[in-house]
Amino acid sequence: MATTTGVPSPPAAGPGEGGSLPRKRPLGAEMLFRGTTTAAGTMVLVIIVAIAVFLIWQAVPALTDNDANFLTEENWYANDNPPRFGIAATAFGTVLTAVIALLLAVPVALGIALCLSHYAPKRVATPLGFIIDLLAAVPSVVFGLWGRDYFFEPVQGLSRFLHENLGWLPIFGSEGPYGKSVLLGSIVLAIMILPIVTSLSREVFMQTPAQNEEAALALGATKWEMIRTAVLPFGRPGIIASVMLGLGRALGETIALALTLGGVYKVSFDLIGPGGTSIAANIATRFGEANEVGRSALIASGLVLFAITLVVNMIARAIVYRRREFVGGSA
Amino acid sequence: MAKRIEAHGVTAFYSSFKAIDSINMTIEPKSVTALIGPSGCGKSTFLRSINRMHEVLPGARNEGKLLIDGQNVYDNDVDVTAVRRMIGMVFQRPNPFPTMSIYDNVISGLRLNGVRKKSTLDDAVEKALRGANLWNEVKDRLPRPGAGLSGGQQQRLCIARAIAVEPQVLLMDEPCSALDPISTLKIEDLISELKNRFTIVIVTHNMQQAARVSDRTGFFSIDQTGDPGRLIEYDDTSKIFTNPSEKKTEDYITGRFG
Amino acid sequence: MTAQVDTERPVVIASGDQLKAKRLPTWAPVAVAAAAIVLAAGLVMGTGWGGPVLTGVVAAVLFIVGLGVAGGVVEGRRAGSNRVATTLIYSAFLLALAPLLSVAFVLVTKGFERLDGNFLGTSMKNISAFDANGGAYHAIIGTLEQAGIATLITVPLGIAGAIYIVEYGRGFLANAIRFFVDVMTGIPSIVAGLFILSFWVFVVTPIFNDGRPGYSGFAAALALSVLMLPTVVRSTEEMLRLVPGALREGAYALGIPKWKTIMKIVLPTAGPGIVTGCMLAVARAAGETAPVLLVAGGNPAINFSPFSDNQSSLSLYVFEQAGVASQYAPARAWAAALTLVVIVLTLTVLAKLLARRNKLAR
Repeated sequence: MATTTGVPSPPAAGPGEGGSLPRKRPLGAEMLFRGTTTAAGTMVLVIIVAIAVFLIWQAVPALTDNDANFLTEENWYANDNPPRFGIAATAFGTVLTAVIALLLAVPVALGIALCLSHYAPKRVATPLGFIIDLLAAVPSVVFGLWGRDYFFEPVQGLSRFLHENLGWLPIFGSEGPYGKSVLLGSIVLAIMILPIVTSLSREVFMQTPAQNEEAALALGATKWEMIRTAVLPFGRPGIIASVMLGLGRALGETIALALTLGGVYKVSFDLIGPGGTSIAANIATRFGEANEVGRSALIASGLVLFAITLVVNMIARAIVYRRREFVGGSA
Repeated sequence: MAKRIEAHGVTAFYSSFKAIDSINMTIEPKSVTALIGPSGCGKSTFLRSINRMHEVLPGARNEGKLLIDGQNVYDNDVDVTAVRRMIGMVFQRPNPFPTMSIYDNVISGLRLNGVRKKSTLDDAVEKALRGANLWNEVKDRLPRPGAGLSGGQQQRLCIARAIAVEPQVLLMDEPCSALDPISTLKIEDLISELKNRFTIVIVTHNMQQAARVSDRTGFFSIDQTGDPGRLIEYDDTSKIFTNPSEKKTEDYITGRFG
Repeated sequence: MTAQVDTERPVVIASGDQLKAKRLPTWAPVAVAAAAIVLAAGLVMGTGWGGPVLTGVVAAVLFIVGLGVAGGVVEGRRAGSNRVATTLIYSAFLLALAPLLSVAFVLVTKGFERLDGNFLGTSMKNISAFDANGGAYHAIIGTLEQAGIATLITVPLGIAGAIYIVEYGRGFLANAIRFFVDVMTGIPSIVAGLFILSFWVFVVTPIFNDGRPGYSGFAAALALSVLMLPTVVRSTEEMLRLVPGALREGAYALGIPKWKTIMKIVLPTAGPGIVTGCMLAVARAAGETAPVLLVAGGNPAINFSPFSDNQSSLSLYVFEQAGVASQYAPARAWAAALTLVVIVLTLTVLAKLLARRNKLAR
């Protein structure tokens, strides 16, 4: 054990001559260190529980005052007296934009990741991979601002085109005016999560054991068949994890959506008309004008968002852990 | 079905580094040819040059001519995948696909070729696993992950996967180097059975193994580090191990070098 | 165990004797591309259906289909699908490049319009909608202070937590912590903001503040800490696991106690990797807007104190300027966005360069 005196005792005076072995000290540096780290680790659990407890506590006043059904009401008149608000439209918008963004981004992201890991020559792939990593770090407010100011018109044109050619589909049924819409928000969201999903899945693809790739090639597989036989199955848990992280980002994205959604409180699958809202965007845009009950109501909606992301993340982790066990036996 | 392999001046590069220089050898059908030599002498590179696996590594390329029954594998209009389907390969370390079951591993090559019929696949799995002397050990657990088998069983699974597509040549790159002595013996027995159906080329570090399983032996060596590997001597196995004509071969066989 | 191999009955003839495959000539993709463009132009422009953008899209689709069909007919189904997959993968790349390049281009060109000494050195105090000047000095101070305080809180806590998981944690508690660290990674930033709002701003600060809620830069730093913690724990945990066990055992065998082994041997070995992870976490937190909006409130004037009164931050500044009805606001928003991106990317690039020197990581 650590010597506490200034002069360390010579080895000769150790066990054997001194009689008994040194005893374990109950309150030594070791215990202190161990206790500190355990407390730090436990902080994670404390924070998760505290988030739930404090959000519920602060949400209760508004929920008891609420004159409408919190779960089915679409409108958000939380500052009125009596307040009438519900999360139907905002929760729906949150999930709708996130799912569309994921549908748009994931195939493209996986394509880019494969391109960088297995197709493009290394001289090109390495710097491009670095740039993708950097883009994944660009704050979302930048994407939001770009989407509102520079992507607005292209999406207007796209909306008009979709309505003219596929207008018989309810999702493209709106006659306009086209502007801030679910489509704009979702595409901006997709562009935003694209580098994140790409960066993570590229890393996973690059970890495919070379011996499995060679085994597939030696069986006479074409490059694409090799990827389907060796690379994609090996990377599946990692792909799921990166997609779920992208989904988590999309569900919780605030500013990019606050700048690009129309802020219409209605449950609707209309993608191109003026409309769209999300829990996070609603909180960001309404917080400044909110009175005491209004703030409490926004916290209540945040609680719902917390629950949604918690469930999504727990499912994702469970999938990843289970898949890892199956693959884990290979080593 | 088994094929004759003729190498005419086969040379292999890793970028600018020449790994083997002008290898000439003829490998007869339905025979076992062992390639021996010290580490880094290019025997594995030559083996991988036979089914064009060498060029998979970035910057790697081949020169010369490699004929399979008279057709040059390196010709521009040759389909690489067809070459690799005709020439099966077993690697140094067992590499079953980790996400697939035993059954799926065996038929992975057939699936790539578009075979979908269940009865055909079932037949092929049994035949390939019997061919690899693995059937009795795994027939009750075909849907289980291939990665759950022992090292020796995994390697025989890889052999089954390679022979399931009915190749005509079988290349083995030190197939026993990661295995225990008993598994090694099983693979060696298997090699002498497989010889009746395939032309086999095996790279090995183990001279006893070369002497036990092969009909012909090629000895590769390098003059010094950085030089390309060359084929020093190529003859009947009995001759190489009892009365080699080259001094270098004799030194290596008797353990004076390498 | 004798193998009963029926060598006479081939189950499947998967490989023929034919090595030479019919291949599309090298000019074929070019020809297909030319045909696709001509056809698309005729279809789109000729019928007045749309403009050049639509022509490009239709041409791309026709190219992929055409090449796949041509490859499939001449070279066989497998080679055909290989061609389609390759083309799709490269086009995914090009498709994504366009918007990402546009973001980068706009950011740089618009950002430099106002990015000068005046912008970096002044605040928004007394700047009306008709004033062209005004700057982000106060926001830069806010971002640096908030990110700095969040780092001071999170780094020791996160590293200690990771040490627990790797070196001491056993059984249920350790597994639960690991699981919830992963789950916590997915908590949206606005939820972290709401948490600090309902905990620190509404409940704790009124005690010291005559019952009034205390919005402050420090509250924002707390919210950013909640976001950073799981990232720091996760990356530190991964680096600690890379430290070879033999190193620890070597120290134990010398009679060095476990805590000293960790502090003096394990942590320094994993050091560069841990620093990389922490820097990436800071970079991400520095760009967050929502928590700052909720708990720091924003402030047009310079406020050096993170503990009293509202504070702004660069990301919040961008969001605020985006909502201001003034012809001068967009230029300010983009200049602040560029400043923020420069800070974040500098951190990220430094972290990545450090990671490259890391001997532990592969």
